Formats: sequence, C-alpha cells, structure tokens
Amino acid sequence: MSGTLATVAPVLAAVDPLPWARAQMAFTLAAHIILVPLGVSWALMILIANYKAIRHDDRDALLLAQRWSKYMAVTFAVGAVTGTVLSFEFGLLWPRFMGRWGEVFGIPFAFEGLFFFLEAVFVSIYIYGWRRLPPWAHFWTGVPIVVTGIMGSVAVISANAWMNSPSGFTLDAAGEVVEVDPWSVIFNDAMPLMAAHMVVAAYVVGGFLVASVYAVGMLRGRRDRYHRLGFLIPFTVAAIATPIQMGVGDSLARWVANNQPTKFAAIEMVPETSDDVPETLFGRLEDDGSISGGIPIPGVASILVDPSTGTGTVIQGLEAVPEDERPTTRQVNIVHWSWDVMVGLGTALFLLSLWFGLTWWRRRDMPQSRLFLRLASSAGVLSIIAMEAGWIVSEVGRQPWIVYNFMRVDEAATTSSGVWVTFIGVTVLYVGLGVTTVLVLRGMSRRFRAQAEAGDEDASTADDVPYGPGAGAAPAGVGADPGAADGPPGDVDDDRGAGP
Amino acid sequence: MSTAAAVVLFVGVTAYAVLGGADFGAGFWDLVAGGARRGERPREVIDHSIGPVWEANHVWLIYVFVVLWTCFPAAYESITLTLFVPLALAAFGIVLRGSGFAFRKVVLRTRDKRNFGAAFAASSVLVPYCMGAVAGGIASGRVPDGRAGDMWTSWINPTSVLGGVLAVCVVAYLAAVYLVRDSRRLGDDAMVAYFRTRAIATAVVAGVVAGVGVFVLAADADRLFDGLTSRALPVVVLSALAGLGSLVLLVRRSERGGRELAALAVAAVVVAWGVAQWDDMLPGSLTVAEAAAPDGTLGAVLVATGLAVVFIFPALGLLYRLDQKGLLPEEGAP
Repeated sequence: MSGTLATVAPVLAAVDPLPWARAQMAFTLAAHIILVPLGVSWALMILIANYKAIRHDDRDALLLAQRWSKYMAVTFAVGAVTGTVLSFEFGLLWPRFMGRWGEVFGIPFAFEGLFFFLEAVFVSIYIYGWRRLPPWAHFWTGVPIVVTGIMGSVAVISANAWMNSPSGFTLDAAGEVVEVDPWSVIFNDAMPLMAAHMVVAAYVVGGFLVASVYAVGMLRGRRDRYHRLGFLIPFTVAAIATPIQMGVGDSLARWVANNQPTKFAAIEMVPETSDDVPETLFGRLEDDGSISGGIPIPGVASILVDPSTGTGTVIQGLEAVPEDERPTTRQVNIVHWSWDVMVGLGTALFLLSLWFGLTWWRRRDMPQSRLFLRLASSAGVLSIIAMEAGWIVSEVGRQPWIVYNFMRVDEAATTSSGVWVTFIGVTVLYVGLGVTTVLVLRGMSRRFRAQAEAGDEDASTADDVPYGPGAGAAPAGVGADPGAADGPPGDVDDDRGAGP
Repeated sequence: MSTAAAVVLFVGVTAYAVLGGADFGAGFWDLVAGGARRGERPREVIDHSIGPVWEANHVWLIYVFVVLWTCFPAAYESITLTLFVPLALAAFGIVLRGSGFAFRKVVLRTRDKRNFGAAFAASSVLVPYCMGAVAGGIASGRVPDGRAGDMWTSWINPTSVLGGVLAVCVVAYLAAVYLVRDSRRLGDDAMVAYFRTRAIATAVVAGVVAGVGVFVLAADADRLFDGLTSRALPVVVLSALAGLGSLVLLVRRSERGGRELAALAVAAVVVAWGVAQWDDMLPGSLTVAEAAAPDGTLGAVLVATGLAVVFIFPALGLLYRLDQKGLLPEEGAP
C-alpha cells in the first residue's frame, strides 16, 4: 500500500486541481439544474390537477395528480441528493472561497436551508398522504411546496447574484471580512432580476418538459382526455411563463450591461468600446480581437441596451479591462454562443406559445396538427438546453472572478490533488444516475399504462416481488385498514388510458 | 454570540445523528436482512418506517454544513482541505443511498430491486462510517487551521476508526430500537422479536466499542479524553445510563420509553463530544471565538434558526405525527 502510494503520490501531486475542480463543479451543477425546475414547478401543476379533481370530481385530473406526485417523489429525491453533493463541493472544491467569503456567501443559504427543510417536510406529507388525508386538507399540504420551492430558489440565486454583485461587507487592511450586513448581502443589486429569471425559467422548463412527454403520447395516438389534460396543464403554465421570461431576461441583460460591462462585452462579443455596436449572431472572436464569421445586424446591440439613445449607445468593450480581468477568447466565444442559443431557443418557444395561445383564443382548443405536437414534444429538451446555455452565460461570463472584482477562481480552488479522481467518480456516478432516473420514470409510466389496460389498479402489487417492499404495497396492518378503501380522492377505478 | 452559533451548530449535529442516524441504521439492517425471500418482511418494515421521513431527516446535514461554513468559515475551509477523502466518499454514499432508496420503491423486477437496495444499504453503512471518521479526525486535533493536514492519517487513525465504527454501531442500535416500535405498530410480532434481538445485540456491541474507545482515546486523543473525563463526564454518564436503561427495557419487553432513552443515549454521546472539545473548534489550533464570522452573519443565521424553530418544528411535528398515526401509508396511491 505505502509502496504504491509512494509511486503514485508524486504523479497525483503534479495534477493541477483547478481545471478538474472547475469541470466537476460545472458538471454537477449542470446535472442538478435539470432537476431544479421540476422541484420548483411540478408542485404547482400537480396542485392545478388536484384542484380540478376535487372541485369538479374529475377522475382524469385526479389520476394525473396522483401519478405526477409519484414521479415527483423520484425527481425530488434525486434533486435532493445532487443538491447535497453541491453543498459538499463548495467546501471540497473551493475551500479558500468558503474560508474567506463563507460568512457572507453563506447567509442566503441559511435561508435556503430553511425553505428546503419545509419543502422536504411537505413533499413527504403530500406524496404519502393521498389515501388517508381528507381531500382538501391534503390539497393544502401541497401549497407550501409551491411557496418554499420558489423561496428556496430565490435564496440560492441570491447567493449566486452576490458572486456577481458583491455587497454588504467591509474588509480590513489585510482583506479579511470584518463586518457583514446580512440585509444587503441577501438583497444585493443583481438578486431581484436574476432570481426572477431563474424562478420563471423553472416554470418554463418544468412546464414544457412535462407537456412534451404527453405530446409524444398524443403523437402516438393516445388522444384521450387524460393525455389532453396531461398536456394542457403544464403547457399552459409554460406558455404563460415564456413571454414573462423574455421581459425579465431583457431587463436582466440591460442590468448586466450597466453593472457587469465585461460580462456584457463577452455576451455581445464586443472587442472594443464603441457606439453603433452590431448584434452579431454566432461568429467567433479571434485572439487578435477581430471577429470572424457570424451574421452582424448593424446597431441592434446598442439599440437594445438603451433604446432612448439608439445606435448612439456606447457599449464597453473587452479591452476596457486588463487581459487577466476578463474572460479568455475561448470563454468569450462560449459565452456568446450560449447567449445566442438561449435567446434563439427562448424566442422559438415563445412563438410556439403564441401559436398555442392564438389557437386557444380563436377556437377554445389546442392546435391539433402533428407539426404542433412534434414541436411541443421537443420543447422540453429545447427549454433545458436554453436554461443550461443561460447558466453558462451567467457563470462563464463572470470569469476569471468567483466573486466579481474581489476573488479570482484560481485563488479559490482546493490544493487537494485528488480532484481528478473525484471528477471521474462523479461523472460515472451521475451518468449512471441520469440514465437510471430516466429508465425508472419510463418504467413507472409503462406500468401505469399496463395497469390501465388491464383495468387493474393493483397490477403492481399482484406481481410477485420477492425482494424488498412491494411497490405501492403497504405492509400488512396498514393497507388492510378498512378506512383505507373508502371515498375519493384516494381510490380511482382506473379504466382509462394512462401514463405519459 | 459565537457561543450561540456553536450551540446551534451542535444541535444540528445532534439532530442529524439521532434522526438521520436512525435512517442510516435502517439501511444497515436492510443490508444484513439476508436473501430476497428471507429479507422481504424486514425490508418492508424498514421501507415503511423511513419512507415518509428520511427526506426531512436528511436535511439536517445540509443545515449543519450551512451553519458551519457561514458561522465558522475558517474551520470549514480547514476541514474540507484536510478531510477531502472521507467527505468525498460520504457525498458519493449520499447520492447512492438517496437515489437507491427512491428507485427501489418504484421498480418491479427483483434484480432491479436488489441492485438499488444494495446501493441504498451499502451506502447506509459507508456514510455514517465516514462521518464518524471525520468527527474523529477533528476531535483528535488532526485538522490544522488554515492549511491542509495529512490527507490520509487525518481520517485513518485510531480515533477516526473508533468514530466510524461507533457511528455505525450506534445508528444500527438506534434503528433497531425504532423498528421494534414500528413493527409493533404494524402488529407484526415476528418482526418485533426480530428487531428486538438485534437491538439488544447492537446495544451490547455499541457499549463494548464505547468501552474500548475510552482506552483508544486515552492513547490517541488525550485532549479529548481529558475533556470527556472532566467537564463532559456528567453527559458521558447520562449517555451510559440512558443506554443501559433502554437495554433493560428491551430485555423486559417493556412498551414505553425505550425509544426515547435510546435517542437520549445517542444524543448524549454527541453532546459529550461537543462539551469535551469546548471551546475548541479545531482542537489545538482554532477556538470557537477565533473561527467565528462577524456578528452580522451570526445574527442572520440565528434569525434564520429562529424562523426554523417557528416554522419547521411544527411542520416536522405534523409529519412525525401523521406518520406515527399511520396517516401516511404509502406513496402516491394508487
């Protein structure tokens, strides 16, 4: 053992932890951020279905709400563990950052912890409470999930916004934090718009993602009322959120232009300070500061930053700050492309929402064409890509700073040489986790459908499962309780098409 | 104010040890429940017992992290720099455990259930071991302030091994005691007897490990040993008495109080550690006062904690009450 260590140790020590730490953080965040929208927005969609079920004695809606809550239990659990990994990683990958700024950066997380705790409690009550709690009481146990989901993501984004717009602290001569004003840490300048952008994104992505599954079902001919509802509830949520998102995003971009000019210069790929800046679609920045390729639209970037001054609006270029205080050429290209992808996909999703909205307004019905359903079925994945791209804009655009203008990423990283090992481990683990999650969710939906076709809601328990607890089967003594079987909304005679 | 923050931190550690610990212990019993057929019934009881509550109990860990890095950032920096390996292992274990548990519930094929169950159960042992080893590394003064201590000996050393083994024993014991009660509530006498035997066995094992641990600490962590035998002595005695009391109740098949005494015994072990170490944050290099964040930060965390008491405790109370009354029978019926 020690012999092996002696040979391996120098090799390990030669590995620079920084790029691995970066890659691991980026990878684990990118994975977690897919689950966040479901955690935040699915509860609302479930409650809409639940409300409909109780108010109008709607059995399709009831079935949807129950099944969705079962799926949500899985995605919530996976989101909880991947989120926990992040709280480990703050320290494991960025100990210097946490050591110096934890007392400031951590404050929003104290509140996030509070909201997440409440969320976890009510998620448990809601998803386990279907059978035995009275319908309305059960419905109300779901409402805190919606509220805490929003508040929790606002708190997390408050911390991220603080990294972009640090405030609320005083440094002494040695650069140590000596005084903290929690209020202005939490409500830092970047927080309101960034938080709004993420919360609305959660409804856009969550809505399109759930709707897209039912769009696939409808394309395959399952056009019963159950599938229509399964499509309409989430798609409507997303279609309402999308135009709001464009407005919020536009304000946020203007805020960035005024407060993080270097990031904005990367977004719009502006090498030198000038007015009459074109909006360049894609293209690439070269090391010598020239731009090759792309489609420039004259003056538009200037107009968008401040319409009142039009093409005369001056935009600060990358050259305004020293080279080591701005993103590298490669990072600028990544940020710019991500920005174009986000805005492009956002616009496409807006047009899809508009199509849906206009058709509904004219005919009180959703568009029936296969083209619409095809587009809708890809909207889930597209909205995820848009969100990931937006997140890349936010994080890579801040480079090389971890705390804007106060601490650089390379000053924050761990010195532990083992990061490349954990990076490989995490990658393998998360790829497995992602694949398994999808397979498990798909398996659940197949089972629901099989049950529906067999007209037997207890099909799952009829299978002989000799290992572990039977799915959905309560241990003897609880399920056998005579009170368990009576009354809606707990039990539904399930004889209709089911599952996405 | 730094004292208040340290107390808040330790309340979180204790809550995680008792509430999260019982869930980890349930995973331990899941692991050793035997083959598919033989272990079916115990696994059902385990699943039913922790299903609705594990997610909430798990959040205590996040709470502990947040309070630690916000109120004592210098200590957090040193701990994560030094104890990188066991903390990374624990993070892996937490992913496998949480997802394994959630997946096992919803898959049908025996092979899938067995694989997810194994991930859940094995990591239920790995995580408390790592956490115990981390505690041992800190308590024995192997985490220096402001720089990375030894990557390996900081967690592979007598006190850390003791911490890890004791943590596994303690959570197994705690879970067995809880499962006795849950089995009784389900009216399953066979399972009551099954878990009672195991509770008694692990109580004895945990007692023996703790007894041997005294000598380990005397040799390896004299500072901690001194604390435990002086100002923390009353808490140590309380822990021993509570443990003994719950053992007596188990042997006499008494209905009441066993669970509370077991929880008290475990909580007292954790509190004893805190009292013995006081007022060191990292023994030998950093005190609580030195590690503490500015008052503005501590105040904000204490406010958040106050809000937590106001909002979370009633919510948690509701969850546990509904669970105990059998009103949370199963997930997402039908």
